[in-house]
Amino acid sequence: MKYYLCVFAIFCSTLVYAQDCNSILLGEIVDFHDNSPLSGATINITGKDYTATSKENGKFSIKQLCDGVIELEISHPECTTKFVTLTINGDTYSEIRLEHHLEELKEVKVVGDVPKNTNSGQENILSVKDIEQNSGKSLGDALKKIAGVSTLNTGGNIVKPVIQGLNGSRILILNNNVRMQDMEWGEEHAPNVDVNANQNISIIKGAAAIEYGGDAIGGVIVLEPLPIVRTDSLFGKTQLNLASNGRGGNITSSLTKSYKSGLYIKGQGSYKRLGDLEAPDYMLSNTGIKESGASLSVGKRDFIQGWEGYYSYFNSEIGILRASHIGNVDDLISAINSDVPSVVNDFTYDIDQPYQEVTHHLGKLSYYRRFEGLGKWTTQYDFQQNRRFEYDVRVGDDADKASLDLKLTTHSILTNIKFDAKQGLDFKVGALGRYQSNFANPDTGVRRLIPDYDKYDFGLFALGSYELNNDWTLDAGARYDFSRIDAKKFYRTSRWEERGYDVDFSDIILEDLDTQLLTNPVFDYHNFSGTLGFHYEINGKDHLRFNYAYAQRAPNPSELFSDGLHHSAARIELGDLRIKSETSSKFSASLERNTTKWGYTVAPFLNSINDFILVEPTGVEFTIRGAFPVWSYRQTDAVLLGVDASLYNNWSSSIRTDHKFAWVRGTDTETDTPLIHIPAANFTNSISYTNPRWNNFLISLESQYVFEQTRYPENIEVYSPEQQENVILDINTPPDAYHLLSLNTEASFTLKNTNDLTIGLSATNLLNTNYRDYLNRQRYFADDLGRNINLRLIFNY
Amino acid sequence: MKTSTTMKRNKTLKTVLALSLMATVMTSCSSDDDTPEVVNEEEIITTMTVTLTNADGTATLQSQDLDGDGPDAPVVTADNLTANTTYTGSIVLLNETETPAEDITEEVEEEADEHQFFFGLTGSLSEVTYSDEDGDGNPVGIEFELTTGDAGTGTITITLRHEPTKPNNGTLADAGGETDIAQTFTVTVE
Repeated sequence: MKYYLCVFAIFCSTLVYAQDCNSILLGEIVDFHDNSPLSGATINITGKDYTATSKENGKFSIKQLCDGVIELEISHPECTTKFVTLTINGDTYSEIRLEHHLEELKEVKVVGDVPKNTNSGQENILSVKDIEQNSGKSLGDALKKIAGVSTLNTGGNIVKPVIQGLNGSRILILNNNVRMQDMEWGEEHAPNVDVNANQNISIIKGAAAIEYGGDAIGGVIVLEPLPIVRTDSLFGKTQLNLASNGRGGNITSSLTKSYKSGLYIKGQGSYKRLGDLEAPDYMLSNTGIKESGASLSVGKRDFIQGWEGYYSYFNSEIGILRASHIGNVDDLISAINSDVPSVVNDFTYDIDQPYQEVTHHLGKLSYYRRFEGLGKWTTQYDFQQNRRFEYDVRVGDDADKASLDLKLTTHSILTNIKFDAKQGLDFKVGALGRYQSNFANPDTGVRRLIPDYDKYDFGLFALGSYELNNDWTLDAGARYDFSRIDAKKFYRTSRWEERGYDVDFSDIILEDLDTQLLTNPVFDYHNFSGTLGFHYEINGKDHLRFNYAYAQRAPNPSELFSDGLHHSAARIELGDLRIKSETSSKFSASLERNTTKWGYTVAPFLNSINDFILVEPTGVEFTIRGAFPVWSYRQTDAVLLGVDASLYNNWSSSIRTDHKFAWVRGTDTETDTPLIHIPAANFTNSISYTNPRWNNFLISLESQYVFEQTRYPENIEVYSPEQQENVILDINTPPDAYHLLSLNTEASFTLKNTNDLTIGLSATNLLNTNYRDYLNRQRYFADDLGRNINLRLIFNY
Repeated sequence: MKTSTTMKRNKTLKTVLALSLMATVMTSCSSDDDTPEVVNEEEIITTMTVTLTNADGTATLQSQDLDGDGPDAPVVTADNLTANTTYTGSIVLLNETETPAEDITEEVEEEADEHQFFFGLTGSLSEVTYSDEDGDGNPVGIEFELTTGDAGTGTITITLRHEPTKPNNGTLADAGGETDIAQTFTVTVE
């Protein structure tokens, strides 16, 4: 309907387009998949009231154009509307490919690459180009392109996304509409997704998208496949990347077969192998990675109903820097004081202890049906199994035995009805049921860090958006989530008493095994969330969005139950059974402009979190192996205040600059001290040159400046057995600011179809700068990655 | 037309049925009341006993940490030593979380080439010499000799490393490896 309105508006407007310019654009509109000409497409120049229509042979022409960059909006009754930026330089010819969109007309919104999970939230989308450039990296690295997104790393391969200062369980990752359940609670647990499996990636900063979950205090990352066209076609894409740092690469390939009937089948596979990574001055020994992923989806979509079956497999084996495995606090002190890691070996592809191996299976069945005059009903069942092994440096008979072996199994059912029969008003209600079970294998011979548990979730939500008029859209939503966790956990009697649980939780003891107690903690959480906001379109050019989101998150198993020595981190981690849900109130706004010449976004936010759960170093405990730093979970009130800003400008038809800045300040308001692990401000500037006539040649240079984090919690004082005295453990001091340059260039070539081969060459950390990042847990032990030269080949067929 | 609507309705019904079936399976799976198996850590060393013998008798240094990485600090005891004397020393490592206690010293002896004790001395303790060696002729330190100096106090820090660089120059920094034990005893020499 919106489409008709748009076209109608274009036809109604009759304005004479007269300017003293004489260039002619000759264009041809073809079907992306079979190159057949598309007639009847409407071509509109953005910002100018001029419309052309493509003829029988798909051709159209626009006369009297000025040289420079123009943006065309191309609509076709059977296709998604597309925005194309063209450079007019004298008489210009351009072929434009449109994709027949599967969803029928009513679902096609007249939008380009505009995210659409929320109206009022701060939302960004990652371009396919960005994903291609990061094909050999992790999801977190790819998302860093977006202002306000940083990463929490454990070395170069374990990368957790951080959104506006928050990470882990506060970020919900939606993989093909399935909420990932992959032990996101651990700092060294990266999301188990293949960045190549889903090429449509968007990010919502904050809890505005409550449809997906009420506890996404940090944000939501939505990974979706590109829409499949409803036509008889077979197409595929293969990408090969070779990287100098790690001396390896990855290959990813996908093949899609679709039919006019709406039936489709799509398969995708990826494999990645890297050896030891390198810092500028030395090898980062034992940092190799082996990763494989595959997915298959089969489905049928038409207007009335559709279904999909989806399965994906992901396996990764990631080496952990050998030098980061330390014995006790003295080893940590000497590591912090030493410039060079304690273990540096020759390059190898072998992955040795310590390392982790994770396998994730995800299966999904979904069905939708549209009811005339009412709306659309969708229902989905999904299954996930996450198996995690962590191998530590052990001796004797246990040398090859895992120290941690967890199996997390999750079943979810969700259903929702979207009422969209009334123009301008969308209303959606839905429900969720989930059962999750964690099994911690006792065969490791190491006391369980995370216990066996069963978890039950039930959620209900309602949300709606209302288009007040052409300029104003309002949205609102509310959600209730019930969550019960029922665990069976062994506590050391000494720990039980030290924590004071013998006073508060004496009724949950099942069995007394002398030195250990078997307990049965059962906790219920009732969480509410809600969101309210508006989107105001000013003169069709500027957008003002405002959103308020209230969200509650129940503590995760790690925050509740952690107890004991985390060998791979050489720290004692202590959860607390008394931890309750945390509650966030976030105000966010954004002001945006997107024109062909220039554009900007300024997005400030204020996130006030009551009972914020955090883990930080609090002291040391002594064992016969020496002293270990203790990291304890605690709750406090916190405020995160920040701003993300970006700006671009097309200086000429071929030169463009991009500028991004992100800053966040986190404060523990109870003690008025800085919060731990808040990303430092960063400023990124890039300049790019493109020339479509030289095989779509592109070259860009990017400068990234990361400031020193000056706000951090105080260091702790510990007793060093080696030095026989109390010393300051410099565990919180952030590293210095750093500046990195990267270069990227690419060009496309025609083998069989137009521009079906893209070759790209890029270099990150071009100057081989030595640096350490505050949010890299291995910063105590080694420098970050040195120069990496990457060659990529992308072939579409 | 009617038939097709009925069929569609049937199809929807079937989907709903299939989903509710799945829900039933799901909830029935969940009711397992299995009690998890207790884990008693195997590699743990709870107790280090150092026996120092000279002509006059025996002195003992002991560190005992029965709760492993639990909150309780090790209980450290040390007998007084005689000044300007050479003691014959030997070390016994136990895992006392098991009954009977497991002797970990045997494991260290078996893998002597992958282990070494290191001794750090201050104050009235003057020298330690190794009395044993592994298959490659490098020191291990289960057996050693300790020489005391003049009366006063001193400390001895005993560190057990596994997979150290062997041979090494006797310092922890040069040896590298993983720390199994690091314990300091404060001793009165009289």
